Amino acid sequence: MASTIRVRATSSGETTEVQALIQHPMDSGFVKDAKGDLIPPHFIQELTFEYDGKAVFVADWGPAVSKDPYVKFAFKGGKKGDDLKISWVDNKGQSDTTTAKIQ
Amino acid sequence: MTIVHTGLPATRRLILQGAVSVALVGLGNVPFGLAPALAAANDKYPEDAFKQKSDADAIKSLYGKTAEPSDKVKLDAPEIAENGAVVPISVSSSLPDVTSISILVADNPNALAASYKIPAGTLPSVGNRLKMAKTTNVIAIVEAGGKLYSATKEVKVTVGGCGG
Repeated sequence: MASTIRVRATSSGETTEVQALIQHPMDSGFVKDAKGDLIPPHFIQELTFEYDGKAVFVADWGPAVSKDPYVKFAFKGGKKGDDLKISWVDNKGQSDTTTAKIQ
Repeated sequence: MTIVHTGLPATRRLILQGAVSVALVGLGNVPFGLAPALAAANDKYPEDAFKQKSDADAIKSLYGKTAEPSDKVKLDAPEIAENGAVVPISVSSSLPDVTSISILVADNPNALAASYKIPAGTLPSVGNRLKMAKTTNVIAIVEAGGKLYSATKEVKVTVGGCGG
């Protein structure tokens, strides 16, 4: 299965800018389906970015984060060609992990 | 088990060493048991904070203190969001020693939307997209040097993001 995580990490020499787009329904638990039944909450709770064995960014998310979430941040360091590891876990215990090369 | 091929004496020594180090780790943990447990709790997903209805309660649950408004917290959000399901919001700060950034939407069913940990070496700036139920205040909280700073901006929502 293709990864749910798409990442672009670009090094400018001093800093590495990271943009990530994840495919996930991010159901809030407040929305009803066509039959009028509530769709149960289903959202990513934790998203972690690791570089060189260290967490460089950790997101704790609630259901108010938009569907197919997007996040952008930057950290000091990070060399072109190095790996950035990204993983998420949702409230149902599902998870995904991927590794991206810094460009 | 591949250990069998390494020969009996070596295997025995390994097992003994293993047993000794397990015992040491076990003993070492008893007196300091509390400290690692607390540290782990801080890294855990803040479930209670996300369940709070009001922004004040969520901030209290997440940080245990209140925030003071600061012009060093920059909150970028649109004046008018045509689609409440996808509101681009970014927060940055010129404060030193930023350790976390949180974003709250005051009148959402649960105010806390996202909380980001900023380890040393990561820039105090984050962009994301949030859902907003209706026109309300977006609050950015920046934790820097153990203190909380905030910025607030009202975003008008023409179509809510919570179905309905």
